[in-house]
Amino acid sequence: MIELDGLTKRFGAKTAVDRLSFRVRPGVVTGFLGPNGAGKSTTMRMMLDLDNPTSGTVRIDGRHYRDLDEPLKYIGALLDAKAMHGGRSAYNNLLCLAQSNRIPATRVAEVLDTVGLTAVAKKKSKGFSLGMGQRLGIASALLGDPEILMFDEPVNGLDPEGIHWIRNLMKGLAAEGRTIFVSSHLMSEMALTADHLIVIGQGRLLADTSMADFIQQNSRSYVRVRSPQQERLRDLLHEAGVPAVAAAGGALEVDALTAEQLGDLAARNHLVLHELSPQRASLEEAFMRMTAGAVEYHAHSPGADGGTGVDAGPPPPLQPADAPRWGASYDEQFGGE
Amino acid sequence: MASVPAVLASEWTKIRTVASTSWTLVSAFVVTVALGAALCALTKAQFHNLSDLERATFDPTLVSFTGMVLGQLAMVVFGVLVVGTEYSSGMIRTSLAAVPQRTVFLFGKISVATVLALVVGLVTSFLSFFLGQALLGGHRTSIGEPNVLRAVFGAGLYMALIAVFSMGVAAMLRSSMLSLGILMPFFFLVSQILAAVPGAKEVARYFPDQAGAKIMQVVPQAMGSDKTPYGPWGGLGIMLVWVAAALLGGWLVIKHRDA
Repeated sequence: MIELDGLTKRFGAKTAVDRLSFRVRPGVVTGFLGPNGAGKSTTMRMMLDLDNPTSGTVRIDGRHYRDLDEPLKYIGALLDAKAMHGGRSAYNNLLCLAQSNRIPATRVAEVLDTVGLTAVAKKKSKGFSLGMGQRLGIASALLGDPEILMFDEPVNGLDPEGIHWIRNLMKGLAAEGRTIFVSSHLMSEMALTADHLIVIGQGRLLADTSMADFIQQNSRSYVRVRSPQQERLRDLLHEAGVPAVAAAGGALEVDALTAEQLGDLAARNHLVLHELSPQRASLEEAFMRMTAGAVEYHAHSPGADGGTGVDAGPPPPLQPADAPRWGASYDEQFGGE
Repeated sequence: MASVPAVLASEWTKIRTVASTSWTLVSAFVVTVALGAALCALTKAQFHNLSDLERATFDPTLVSFTGMVLGQLAMVVFGVLVVGTEYSSGMIRTSLAAVPQRTVFLFGKISVATVLALVVGLVTSFLSFFLGQALLGGHRTSIGEPNVLRAVFGAGLYMALIAVFSMGVAAMLRSSMLSLGILMPFFFLVSQILAAVPGAKEVARYFPDQAGAKIMQVVPQAMGSDKTPYGPWGGLGIMLVWVAAALLGGWLVIKHRDA
C-alpha cells in the first residue's frame, strides 16, 4: 500500500505536483494517467525519495521510503531505462544493486532470465537498444522480488513486440498479487492493463476511480445520422422530443435513440437516409476531455490535434472525423484560437 | 539503516567493473613513476648545471616525485569519474533508490575509492622513490635517512588526498565534465603558475596541492623553494582542510538536492 498525503512539489513559481492525495492498493494494477508534463514522473520520484516534496508525505506500508532497510525488497521501480552505467555489463549493473540490498547474486541471473537478457548479460549496457534497456530496467525492479512495482511510462518508445511483452509481464505480476503502479499518457494503453485509474493534470488529481466506473461514466455512445432531407429529419426529431446535435458533414448526432429506433422513425416518415451509424466515443477522447483544461503543452498548429504529444508510442485509436478535437472544450471555455 | 558492509560491497563492485578505474589508476602509476625516473636520470646527467642554491638544497627524495605533477592529474580524473559517472549515466537515481540513506551511500562510495587510491598511491610513491634513487647515482639518499620515510609515505597519501578532493568536488558539482573542466586547469596550470608569481604565491601556497606537496620534501626549502609558514605535516593539514571542505560541500549537496 502506497499512501500519498497532500504531496506538493514546486519548482520556483511553477507547481509541478499540487496537493496530491491518493492510495495505491495492493493486488491490482493502478494506472497513473496524465498528459505529458502533468507531474507523473515528479510524483514517482518523490515516492522513491529521489526528489524532496515541498510539502506532504508519501508512505509505503506506513513508512517513509528512507526508513526502509533494504528498499529493493519492498519496491522495485523502473523510472528511466537509461539509468544504468553504460560501461558496465548488464550482469554487473544488477550485481552492484543486488549487493547493496543483500540480495544473493544468484537472483541476478534469475531476473536476467525473466526479462530475456541472459544472452547479453556480459555485454556493456551502452550497446543496448531502447527495448533491451527497458528490459534491464525491469530486471532491476524485479531484483528484490518486491511486493510493489512502479513503472514510469514502460511502453514509451517500444516496438509492438516489446509493448506486448511488458503488458503481459505486468498482468502476470498483478496476478501473483503484487501491487503495480504504472504511469502512461495513453488511455488506450491503460484500458488494456489497469484495474484502477488515477488521472492527474497539471499536478492535480482529476480522477481516482476503478477502470470499470471510468468506462461506464465516460464512454458516450450515440448514433450518427445523415439525410438529404436534413430539415425534415431535424423537425421530426424535435417533434419526438429527441435532442440532436449538428455535426460536421451535415450529419446529426443523436444519443437518446438507438440506430434501430432512428431507422424505424425515418421509415415511418418516408425519409431517405444516407448514413445511420452507431458511434462510441473512445476512452482516449474521454481522457482528453477530462484533461483538456489541464494540458501543459498545447499544440496549436492545424492538423496537430488528436496527437498525444511528442513522445513516441502506439498511435491513439482512430477517431470519428467529427469527434471533438483535442482541447476543443478548452477552446470553448477559454475562447482558444 | 542500510547495511554499511553491503553498501561497501556494492561500491566495490561498481568501481572494479568499469574500465575508467583501471586506466586512470594505471596512468597515475605509470606517469608518476616513469616521469620521475626520467627526471632523476636527467638530473644526474645535468647535476653540474644546477645553480649553487639548488645544489645546496638538493633533495633527492623530492626529485624522485617530480612525476607527480602529471600523475596527480590521472588521480583527479579517477576521483571525478568515481562520483561523476553516477550523475552522467543517470545511475544515481537507481543507486539512491537502492540506498536511500544518502550519507551512507556517498561515504560508502568515497571510502572504497579512497582505499583503492591510497593503495595505488603508496605503491606509486615507493616505486618512484626506489627507482629514482637508483637513477640518481651518487646523489641518492636512502629510506633510512631522517624524514625520508615520512616523505615517501606522505607522497602516497598526497596522491590519495588529491583523488578524495576531486570526489568531493564532483559530488558538489554533480557533473564529470564540469569538475574536470575546473580541476584539471587548476592543478595543471593555475596553481603552478600562481605559485611562481611574486605576490600571488603567498596565496597559492595555501592551495591544496601546493600545501600538501610539502610532505614530499625532506630538505627544508628544497631545490631553492621559498620558505613556507608551515612544515610538512602542517602543509598536509592544510590539504586535509580543503579535502574536508570539499567532502562537506558534496555531502550537503547530495543530502539536500533532488536526484
